[in-house]
Amino acid sequence: MSIGHIGHTLLGLLESGPRHGYDLKRAFDEKFGHDRPLHYGQVYSTMSRLLKNGLVEVDAIEAGGGPERKRYAITDAGITDVDRWLATPEKPEPYLQSTLYTKVVLALLTGRNAADILDTQRAEHLRSMRILTDRKRQGDLADQLICDHALFHLEADLRWLELTAARLGKLREAVAR
Amino acid sequence: MTPPPGSLLAAQDLHKAYGATKALDGAEFSIHPGEVVAVMGPSGSGKSTLLHCLAGIVVPDSGSITYDGRELATMSDAQRSALRRNEFGFVFQFGQLVPELTCVENVALPLRLSGTSRKEAERAALTWMERLEVEDVAGQRPGEVSGGQGQRVAVARALVTRPRVIFADEPTGALDSLNGERVMELFTDAARSTNAAVVLVTHEARVAAYSDREIVVRDGKSRDMERAL
Amino acid sequence: MSAGAGVRPWARDLSLGVRFAVTGGREGWVRLVLTAVGVGLGVALLLLATAVPNALAERHRREEARLDHTYSEHVRPKADNTLLIADVDTTFRDKNVLGRLVEPEGPDAPLAPGLTRYPAPGEMVVSPALKRLLDSGDGELLRERLPYRVVGTIGEQGLIGSQELAYYAGTRDLEQHLDGWQVGRITEFGPQERTKETWDPVLLLLVLVMFVVLLTPVAVFIATAVRFGGERRDRRLAALRLVGADSHMTRRIAAGEALASSLLGLVAGAVLFLLGRQIAGQVEVADISVFPGYLDPSPALAALVVVAVPAASVLVTLLALRGVVIEPLGVVRTSKPARRRLWWRLLTPAVGLALLLPMVGQGRDHGNFNQYAVIGGVLLLLAGVTALLPWVVETVVARLGRGPVSWQLAVRRLQLSSGSAARMVNGIAVAVAGAIALQMLFAGVEGGYREDTGLDLNQAEMQIRMSGDVPLDKAAAEFGATRGVREVVPLGQTVVADVHWRTDGGPDTTADLTVGTCAALRTMAKLPSCHDGDVFVATSTSGVSDTDPEQLVAPGRRLYVLDSNDSDRNRDVAWTVPEGLKKAVAIKAPDGWEHDGVLITPGALPTALAGTTVGQIYLSVDESVPDTYDRVRNTAARLDTFSSAQVWTSHRESREFRTIRTGLLVGAVCVLVLIGASLLVSQLEQLRERRRLLSTLVAFGTRRTTLSLSVLWQTAVPIGLGLLLAMTVGLALGAVLLEMTATPVYVDWASALTMTGIGAGVVVAVTLLSLPPLLRLMRPDGLRTE
Repeated sequence: MSIGHIGHTLLGLLESGPRHGYDLKRAFDEKFGHDRPLHYGQVYSTMSRLLKNGLVEVDAIEAGGGPERKRYAITDAGITDVDRWLATPEKPEPYLQSTLYTKVVLALLTGRNAADILDTQRAEHLRSMRILTDRKRQGDLADQLICDHALFHLEADLRWLELTAARLGKLREAVAR
Repeated sequence: MTPPPGSLLAAQDLHKAYGATKALDGAEFSIHPGEVVAVMGPSGSGKSTLLHCLAGIVVPDSGSITYDGRELATMSDAQRSALRRNEFGFVFQFGQLVPELTCVENVALPLRLSGTSRKEAERAALTWMERLEVEDVAGQRPGEVSGGQGQRVAVARALVTRPRVIFADEPTGALDSLNGERVMELFTDAARSTNAAVVLVTHEARVAAYSDREIVVRDGKSRDMERAL
Repeated sequence: MSAGAGVRPWARDLSLGVRFAVTGGREGWVRLVLTAVGVGLGVALLLLATAVPNALAERHRREEARLDHTYSEHVRPKADNTLLIADVDTTFRDKNVLGRLVEPEGPDAPLAPGLTRYPAPGEMVVSPALKRLLDSGDGELLRERLPYRVVGTIGEQGLIGSQELAYYAGTRDLEQHLDGWQVGRITEFGPQERTKETWDPVLLLLVLVMFVVLLTPVAVFIATAVRFGGERRDRRLAALRLVGADSHMTRRIAAGEALASSLLGLVAGAVLFLLGRQIAGQVEVADISVFPGYLDPSPALAALVVVAVPAASVLVTLLALRGVVIEPLGVVRTSKPARRRLWWRLLTPAVGLALLLPMVGQGRDHGNFNQYAVIGGVLLLLAGVTALLPWVVETVVARLGRGPVSWQLAVRRLQLSSGSAARMVNGIAVAVAGAIALQMLFAGVEGGYREDTGLDLNQAEMQIRMSGDVPLDKAAAEFGATRGVREVVPLGQTVVADVHWRTDGGPDTTADLTVGTCAALRTMAKLPSCHDGDVFVATSTSGVSDTDPEQLVAPGRRLYVLDSNDSDRNRDVAWTVPEGLKKAVAIKAPDGWEHDGVLITPGALPTALAGTTVGQIYLSVDESVPDTYDRVRNTAARLDTFSSAQVWTSHRESREFRTIRTGLLVGAVCVLVLIGASLLVSQLEQLRERRRLLSTLVAFGTRRTTLSLSVLWQTAVPIGLGLLLAMTVGLALGAVLLEMTATPVYVDWASALTMTGIGAGVVVAVTLLSLPPLLRLMRPDGLRTE
């Protein structure tokens, strides 16, 4: 059973020592969760799944009860699992089905201005890039790396936009056939 | 046609042909003080020609360019040179530093051209070099410093006259992304601090992201994306 | 790859280099052609120089072969093999015309070189140049003076130059004019005694120095020419390193490229030389022209040129590459070149001086100068300029600083590459130094080359000498009627003595005797009063006579008047000094002398004395009337074929000196123009490489004048320093050479400054010529990124 990206991350965070569920959420948010902080529910459900798989164990339960009072520790199987997860390369995202591509083709088929669509998209992309760049300038190294990751992806999209814009004529011919 | 209200530098309906090639075919442009505007577009689209026209380096075949209420077309070559000397600054991709002069002398050069004494010019130059974190190469020649340092020296030179408009043509084109971004950061920070307008010609989206808005040039025609949205 | 010794890698890499040189695309060709033209010009000059000794020898031989020795104490008797010949040289405009009247006296009379037979009386044979002149409208006045029918031309053997004006005219009754001076009787042409040609030591010195001085800059120039486009070549070599050539290979390939261009240069030089030889036959410098055939380089010297030039070009290339490390990714100049040391640079000229100094004071009386020491000394002194200049430029430029932006740009560039700057001007410096020294030497040796002639130009501008057979009043009338003549002062002159002129050892006491109208006499002496029939004795404190004329010329005394028209100079006519002799004081006559002695008005002249004087006619002319001089010469020739006419100037400049100075000037200008051309080429190449930078500078508002000025400074500073050094060394060398010839040292500032002025002119010309491309390069096109 898959424990997912969040599961592996939380597991990895436990490697430095046993933590409460609340601590785990805070550590995750601080390091990885800039865009989307975790819900407590997510932490709770993920931890119970990890428990079930024997990757973590409850180290201690503080008085007062409740899931958040549990202190989790990683098991040897858990460490092995983190090892395996980190060593397995991520499958590159192929992006073969793009909404944008569909929009462009549709515009060409219906005689709408495809260049406008591309330009608008480009402007939107750049707007995002500006925000990311701005954040990057104010943030620390971790911020910069995260933003760069996003920026590079956006840049790749932009390159595709440029290339498509340059080939609109040919695309139109191909679509019309 | 009149320039948009409040603009510092504006161009309308610019046409410029090199032989049979139309480099500009009705391009428009405007920029406000303190604004950073990216000029984007594929290579050969006319970006650089637009920049050269705006800076008064190249005279367009037709169209109007107004800077601070003055029409560039009616100025003499000497007047435009003086404008470039006193009100504009320039950063290019490479090969812009005089190889014989030391870095600080290069930075001081525009001030010296406007008649500032050598001592004073070099003092001001050093201040800007500190801001761009290249004061340690002040005594070295351009050939002895790294590409990133050289570009920052060039930026310092563009800023030293406290110009109101800075023209940058692919300022990071010859740098890797880390050095390029550092240059862009220091550059835009310094430009904003002096409320200078920056015309930034680039084909790299990540460099354009340092701008406030962008203009796309395609086949000699410009498109202001802000207004398009 | 091929570090090992052996002929094979050399041959392979050299040929590779040759191939690179000729297959380098358009740019490669431009470089190749430039270098070839540069080397070619140098080679042509060298070949010309090797041909000059031959040309001079040939000229000398022909001149000697046609010598007609008319001077003799005793006139030989008429025979079958005698020829009467008269020297009637004249001048047309500024050109000398060789003129001979000939009258063969028998079938075996010697024939002048270049002639097939003698013209009959009333006919003449002329040189081709004279024929052309006479046939043209320009020669009309000369045609009047030579009233002979042209029946043939003089062959090349009888002429010393293609542009020489010469004629032989047939005449009769020449015998009565025999004087053993202007008219003679000869049995052969050519020198009386053929002696082995010995050079005057000083003349030899001059020639040696001239060759060294003119050829050193040519050598320097060739060395510069093979370095044209060096930077681009270095980049190409770096690319070769990238694909695996080792450093030895690249050096050999570079040598091959240099070899290719110098070989092409040799061909170009040969072609230029042949062209120049033909052109040389058409021109005339300072009355000297040559036949193309004279200019034959001696085979040994020509062979030396053919071998030395390519060898030198390879050597220079290898030397230039010594301080350069060609790496696969680019060219690295050995970063901090060792500081230029002064001692050996000073040693070079010092050794040169040391070689020359022992010969100081030797003069022309102590045999020949040691040729090797002279050549070595002069060469080392001039080489000293080449050695010292880089040090001087580096040292001075390092201290320059403050100044406007244009100055800063130029100085910084010079500081960074003072070596190449010095190299560029080396040629000019050496040429100027040598030329200054040479001029000083010539000027000094010529001795008072511009001496005051003492002639009084306020009184007359021309002097005509003619035989006493022409009556003075007739001559006066004829000259007076000649257009352009303002005033005529006709005088007859001879000498009186106390005893017969036939006396053994000649007379002891003599005085001048002058015949003329009162008006004419007043140009020579202050006369208290004067009427026709008066006789005066003129005295002077600084007269020409060796005794006080009053002692000799006493009333009633019998004196003997020399017949000046007699060829033997011993016939005289007795004359008794009349009573009523008046006194006069001699003043400076038009000829610059104070003629004391006897002054006689025509009315007082006994008939017996009438034919004894020679005519001395002083003319004051209107120089604004064109061709006045030649009209006067025509009148003189009409009156007396043997007359001579002289145009006066207040200063007499030695003709030889003028010729040499002109020649030197022409040579120096040629060399300087050559060097200027190479300066321009490297300047342009440098500008092209900075195209982008220039556009950037213009973009941020640099004034065009600032950049133009910086180009000017960049040339002017090293050339200024070079000229300064050249002046110093040139004057020093000149002074030493003068001391060697035991001539007082005289600094010819005029020519020194002329030479430096020409050098400065080259700077300005190079700057001006590089301005249009500079302005073009400053256009914003340079900013466009291709």
